[in-house]
Amino acid sequence: MSLITTPNFYKTGKRYFRDFSPNDDFYEMLIDTHRDLSDEQSNMVNAKLILLLANHIGDMDVLAEALAAAREDL
Amino acid sequence: MLKTYSYPKFDFRLPTGAGGTKVPRYPAVVVGAGPVGMAAAIDLAQQGVPVVILDDDDTVSVGSRGVCYAKRALEVLDRLGVGDAVVEKGVSWNVGRTFFQQEEVYNFNLKPNADQKRPGMINLQQYYLEEYEIDRLKAFDNVELCWKNKVVGVEPEDDKVVVKVQTPDGFYTLETDWLIVADGARSPIRSMLHLDIDGKIFMDRFLIADVVMEAEFPPERWFWFDPPFHPGQSVLLHRQSDKCWRIDFQLGWQADPEEEKKPENVIPRIKAMLGDDRPFELEWVSVYTFQCRRMNEFRHGRVFFVGDCAHQVSPFGARGANSGIQDTDNLIWKLKLVMDGKAPPSLLDTYSAERTWGADENLMNSTRSTDFITPKSKTSLTFRNATLGLARKHAFARALVNSGRLSVPCFYNESSLNTPDRDAFSGDMVPGAPMDDASITVAGEDGWLLDHVGNKFIALVYAPDEAPSGAAELAGLPIPVTTIAVVPAGAKAPQGMVAFEDVRGTFAKTYDAKPGSTWLLRPDQHVTARWRSFDAAAIRAALARATCNA
Repeated sequence: MSLITTPNFYKTGKRYFRDFSPNDDFYEMLIDTHRDLSDEQSNMVNAKLILLLANHIGDMDVLAEALAAAREDL
Repeated sequence: MLKTYSYPKFDFRLPTGAGGTKVPRYPAVVVGAGPVGMAAAIDLAQQGVPVVILDDDDTVSVGSRGVCYAKRALEVLDRLGVGDAVVEKGVSWNVGRTFFQQEEVYNFNLKPNADQKRPGMINLQQYYLEEYEIDRLKAFDNVELCWKNKVVGVEPEDDKVVVKVQTPDGFYTLETDWLIVADGARSPIRSMLHLDIDGKIFMDRFLIADVVMEAEFPPERWFWFDPPFHPGQSVLLHRQSDKCWRIDFQLGWQADPEEEKKPENVIPRIKAMLGDDRPFELEWVSVYTFQCRRMNEFRHGRVFFVGDCAHQVSPFGARGANSGIQDTDNLIWKLKLVMDGKAPPSLLDTYSAERTWGADENLMNSTRSTDFITPKSKTSLTFRNATLGLARKHAFARALVNSGRLSVPCFYNESSLNTPDRDAFSGDMVPGAPMDDASITVAGEDGWLLDHVGNKFIALVYAPDEAPSGAAELAGLPIPVTTIAVVPAGAKAPQGMVAFEDVRGTFAKTYDAKPGSTWLLRPDQHVTARWRSFDAAAIRAALARATCNA
């Protein structure tokens, strides 16, 4: 398995009539999670989020790919 | 300023019977001769209802204002007899490009499946649309368009609405069975009735300029995040007709609207954007803020709110005028059935239920776009710029880039008027769906499906091997249902049936058609029920449900 970089958001059982809907649903959840937090708190939330998701993915090869992609073009 | 367009000036007049000693009574009055109010009036007039339109002004929209008209609005305007004029004058487009700093990061095509009559979007200055609607209204002898008639009082009663009107000749009072309010975002009538509209104002300001110039840019929507010529903010470019271009600069909340509107401040911004010495002229400039909000209910007894007075969204997505036109599309057939005593007044509550659902979808999408375009915190900005950065290389990030999700028609898939599926179908044409167009041939003539449906209930039956039993009875109901066959290319319909020939197979594919499949269509071109076989009893039950007669 390699890193998925095509659109991949979905919700089980939910019918979407527009391609952009699941992406926008996720983005709104993400931004809402940070609502009313200080910058420092937001950084902490982001760090925890990465750790939670990384453990969920588990596959070291996928994680290595994602880590490298995130460092590109800084 | 304003060189490409000369504004008509309309004469003041009173509606017939007004101003005398007797209070006149009308079946329907529309307040507001904007694009939405006039769409409502045309729809009523087409169905034979006499209409009085009252407007406090004496000309069309000043400045280009609503510019983008989406495919669904064009389809409604086709049904109203205005579509051709609008599309001919407008600039058709389907492609939008989004740039981050210097690079294109994302593009979209509104109409990837091309077998539909209308483009994804056209750009046309609002005053042209209004002019064409006024022309169309002249075709009816049951319409009175009354300029310089300002509504100053509204008293709803059980069996009528009493309206007080101010004119250059003084005041008069009228009574109407039904009042359609299309008096815009600041809606004086909404205030007169002490009705709330809840939502939020966005803390940002935008400069819009209509610029006349020779330019070779293609007819596409171009959107920049953080471009070198306007760092840290967004810019939007649209081509309109008459070599008139709409440019929209994000300014930030601190900007002084009066200063920003001055030509000496606007011109350098445009020069920086164009990056060359091409000549241009400023035609119209405005600085705006916007709110995202809606009324709780769009029906209040005999008073209906349509368009901006009922709901307002951010302009990113062209969901303002387009959704207002969909409001009238939804309302008028229901109102006509109630006026004729063929449906109970509860059908009118479904106008509010379906269109508040539509408004919520528009509010959600335009608010999301605004949050992406103008991030409200450092973290939001970081995520936004990370998305744009990843979008250069990764498809998933391009799908997250949100520079506006452009107006598409609402699916009333949870409406109480729908008959839930009993049979299995695939595809998007579910009960409540706005119909997708398809090329068809009717009696040897090439045409389009949506030009042949609407204004009445229709049962479409695919590839029937004999004339469906019960079709004649359906045609004779108080609310008649016309049965029409859709046949594959080259096939014939059973004797005596009107047939739509699905020449390219688009219908069969989009609607998941199999021989015998049947769809019940509403007068506003939405699917309300479907089955795998023609069943007259099921159609009668679905018709009753779709008109609150069940």
